[in-house]
Parts: sequence; structure tokens; C-alpha cells
Amino acid sequence: MESRTTTSLLYLDGVTVSFDGFRALNNLSLAIEDGEMRAIIGPNGAGKTTMMDVITGKTRPDLGDAVFAGSYDLTTLDETEIARLGIGRKFQKPTVFDMHSVEDNLLLALAEDRSARAALVWQENEHASRRIDSILDTIRLKPARSRLAGSLSHGQKQWLEIGMLLAQEPKLLLVDEPVAGMTDVETQQTAELLKEINKTKTVVVVEHDMHFVRELGVKVTCLHEGSVLAEGTIDQVSQNDRVVEVYLGR
Amino acid sequence: MIAGPLIRSLDRGATIFLTICAAATILIPALNLLTPESFFLHVPTYLVALFGKYVCYAILALSIDLIWGYCGILSLGHGAFFALGGYAMGMYLMRQIGTRGVYADPIRPDFMVFLNWPELPVYWYGFNYFAYAAVMILLVPGLLAFVFGWFAFRSRVTGVYLSIITQAMTFALTLAFFRNNFGFGGNNGLTDFKDILGFNVQAQATRASLFAASVIALAICFVICRAVVTSKFGKVLVAIRDAESRTRFLGYRVESYKLFVFTLSACMAGVAGALYVPQVGIINPSEFAPANSIEAVIWVAVGGRGTLTGAVLGAILVNYAKTTFTSGMLAPYWLFMLGAMFVLVTLFLPRGIIGTWRHWNAERQAKLSAAREDGAAVGEPTARPAE
Repeated sequence: MESRTTTSLLYLDGVTVSFDGFRALNNLSLAIEDGEMRAIIGPNGAGKTTMMDVITGKTRPDLGDAVFAGSYDLTTLDETEIARLGIGRKFQKPTVFDMHSVEDNLLLALAEDRSARAALVWQENEHASRRIDSILDTIRLKPARSRLAGSLSHGQKQWLEIGMLLAQEPKLLLVDEPVAGMTDVETQQTAELLKEINKTKTVVVVEHDMHFVRELGVKVTCLHEGSVLAEGTIDQVSQNDRVVEVYLGR
Repeated sequence: MIAGPLIRSLDRGATIFLTICAAATILIPALNLLTPESFFLHVPTYLVALFGKYVCYAILALSIDLIWGYCGILSLGHGAFFALGGYAMGMYLMRQIGTRGVYADPIRPDFMVFLNWPELPVYWYGFNYFAYAAVMILLVPGLLAFVFGWFAFRSRVTGVYLSIITQAMTFALTLAFFRNNFGFGGNNGLTDFKDILGFNVQAQATRASLFAASVIALAICFVICRAVVTSKFGKVLVAIRDAESRTRFLGYRVESYKLFVFTLSACMAGVAGALYVPQVGIINPSEFAPANSIEAVIWVAVGGRGTLTGAVLGAILVNYAKTTFTSGMLAPYWLFMLGAMFVLVTLFLPRGIIGTWRHWNAERQAKLSAAREDGAAVGEPTARPAE
């Protein structure tokens, strides 16, 4: 392990990603401090999802650095290694394992030895079931415990996925559009849930819903055409002339 | 420590299946050997051999279901592992012929004498010992699957692309084994076997024993598959099948899981081939034919993938139909019927026979429990005043 080069938990510097000449990320720099919650906003095609892909190892940047906890170079690791470092990701479209029960979805996500050998000899244990119980409480899915995840409503799936993130016990949670398709009440509850999670973990939320972002009340970064356009509180950012221009069209 | 999970993995369907296996192991050989031909339940020897063949196919189907039904790896080349196991057994049987061959050479099989090979090639060494052959039956298919899988899964070859390269693999092996100088009897393959473990392969008692051994092997493979799919490992397999990249983001090394299950499956297919060869009396390169592997996939689809018992049922049913229809006036139309069966099952029974049956059962259970809840809800208010 190299010596720590930055105090930030996540540090992106000059990250550039091109797809067939199209620059999805253009010299993007971003620093997330330990324990922070950050909201990332931006119009379609601003590069929010590509940024997540770079952080989680799905996409390799052409240029730039992505450093986790000051010492891990994310650009050289693959998805599995990055997940094991403690970066958890919730996808835009809820992806839970439809053919597994809610309980088994959480079991698969629990922070345990992920090797094939360990999985073969794994036995039910007190610790795991207690963890699952407490997560089911947090995400309010206890009554749905043995239901197939595929039969859950859209909002419930979103929560189950957040529950799976919690089960992974990551240091950093990347949450992509958690309230897409949710009712107002569910949105409200999700904001509370994320704030609760942020008490112990660092969270990055990508979201379109400005109302929800305001609800979170955290520092906001606005992306546009693959780089940072504005950063600050939601009020500062939403009053920024360039942001208004980008969002409302020229 | 191992026994606990094994017992837990056996549900009602599995228990029924193993009971049928136990009954078949005892009854069919007994009815063949101990009853006179005039007895109405007598099982003729040709049927014992035929059933034995079906059981070997069932093991192959089971091995395909393990990777296809539970992990989404559609191998269209599993016949290759079956044939390799078969060749390993065939080599042992060839070395048992000894001086009883046409050229009466104590070491070299007939085809080597015929080709004027001065001595036994190194890779034929050791096959005179059954134990060595038994190890090779597992090792050769397992090793090929391991190397093939290591490259394919690490490069993230999935879906139809993987199916195509497995198909190419088995086709390449067909061509290789057809060559005389490859050292496995070329076009004719290995045949004219005499003894297995000192017993005459043609003898009625040997055939009955081979049948019993095949059923026992099927039962053992089934229990292993059940233990794998009901473990946490099995849950990860299903997760990989349904959302591979999600599983990666959870921190699972997907390649290791696929590699393990693919190799295990290839070893099972090898055992199936090894038991098949002494019962049919020949192994030749046509066993590697791509069409064989595709047919095996159809058995699994018909029976119901992801059910294990369905794979066994499918293999036996389709092959029974094949035997019935290829021996009558319908013979020229068999391939059309096989194709039609696959199309019809895909259209009308996409879950296969056992899969559909389980689905119906699950739905009926859900309805019953829903009705019970309704009943309780309706019953409650009337119950209260009585208190």
C-alpha cells in the first residue's frame, strides 16, 4: 500500500472518458470527504452514471486519477476488488435478484467471505440472521421477508437495494437516483433513511429530483458535459446563472 | 460436518427421486437375473442395457442442468466431456483385451498393430489399471473444462458467444479424434471390448451390475447437485444467472463460481460417458458430434431446467421416445419430431415438465394460503362476541 496522498475518502482528479470521440467525462475533479453526504445533480448526459462507472471499476478512464481512501488507485482495480474495498453501489434501475427471497437478497449482500469455498460450506448462523433482521427493520420490509424480490413494488425494490448496500457494510455508498418512480411519501422516507445512513457512512447521491435534494440539505455538485459546473449549497447552486442556463436551455 | 447440509438439501421431491433410484437399482437387476423369461414382470437383458444407457444420458442431463439451469451457462459442447470420459473408459477396456484381439498383441490394441505403430504411445500408459482409468475419467474432462472455463470466464465470454465456442470445442475434438494418427482408433473408435474388472462385458450379470452402478452414480451426482444448489454457493449461482454484473458489484468473484461449477459439471459428464461405453460396447468420434450436445440440452429443456429431477425425466422421456419412434415406420421423421418437441416445449411449456408442475403447485399453495387469510379475516368479527 502506498502512503496516503489525500485526506479525502474519494478523490477524482482530471478524469476523462471518451466513447467513440464523445467525451462523457471531461477533466472531472471531485473530492468527497470522509463522513460527508454529497448530492450530484445535472441534466441528462452530464456524465453522472459514467462517473459512477469509473468509481466502481466498470469503466476505465482514458486520463486522470481516481483514488479511494487516499491510497487505492481505483483505475487499476476491477468491480469485485473495488466492492471488497468498501464501495457499494445502488443502480438507477433497481437491480435485485428477482428469483431470490428478500431475505436471501440481503444474505448475499452481507459482509462475509465472498470466496467460492466459503459459500460452499456456509451455514446459517446467529450473527447473519441478526444482521438481516436489523436491516429489514431499517428498510421496513420485515413483513416481506420471505417474498420473492421480483414480486415487490418498485419503491420496495429500491429500498431492498439500499438494504443490500447496508448489508455490504461499505465505507462509501454510491446511490443512483434512489427516488425515481417513488411516491411523495416514499421520497420523504427515503430522504430520512439516507440521512440516517449518513450518520455512519459516506454517501454520494445522484438525483434529478430537486425537491428531494433540497430535503437532504447537503452540499451539491452540478455536473454538465462531463465536468463540474457549480458546487455549494442547493440555494447557491440553483441561483448560479450557468446552472439555470443548462437546466432551462439556452 | 458434511452430512448436515446434505440431509438438509433433500426435500420431498429429492427423497422421492432417491427412493425411485434405490428401487430401480434393486428391482431391475433382480427381475432380470432372478426371474424366468416366462414371468410377466421379467426384464429382458436388452432392456436392462437400454435403461442403463438412458440413465447415463440422465447423468449428462443433470450436469447440464447444474450449469444451465442454475448458473445460466448454456454449454452446447457438453457431449465433449461425456465422450472424453467414455474414451478414458474405452482405453481401459481396450487394454483388457490383451491377446484376445485379432492380432493377439499383448500390449498394443489392434488398431495400433494395424497402423504399424511399434509401441504403445505414452498417453496410453497406465490405462491397464482400472484405478488409473477411473482417475482419468474425472481428470481429463475436468481439466479441459477448467482450462476452457478459465479463459472463457475470465474474458467474460457469456451467453450465446459462450455457447458457440463450446460448440466449436466439441467440433474440434470430433475432427481430432477422427484422425488415425491421433492415437484413439480414428473413425472406428474403440470397440470389441471383452472384460471389465475381470468380468465379461457381454454377460447378463455384468450388464445388470453396470445398470445398477449407473443408477447409483446418478443418485450420487444428484445428491452432489442438490448440496451445491441449496448451499449459499447455489444462491450465488442463481444471482449470477439473473444479474451477473450486480453480483460482481456485490464483491463476488463471478469467474471462480462459474469455473468451479463448470468443472464439476464436466466431471459428472465424464462419469456418465464412462458408464455409457461398456453398456453400448463402443466409443467413436461421432459421440463428439455437436448435434449430440444440442440434443442433451433439449432433454433438459423438456424436463425443466433448474429443477434437477426435470433434467433426469427429460433425458429418459426423450430417449424413450427416440427409441420407440426410430425403430418403426416413423423413423425417417424422428429429427422433425425432436425439433417439434423443442419448439412446442419452448412455446407452451417454457418451464419444462417439472418446472410447470412446480409452478402450478406453488400457485395453488399461494391461492390456498390467501383464501385462508381471507377466511380468518372474515371469521374474526364473528368470533369476538362469542368470547
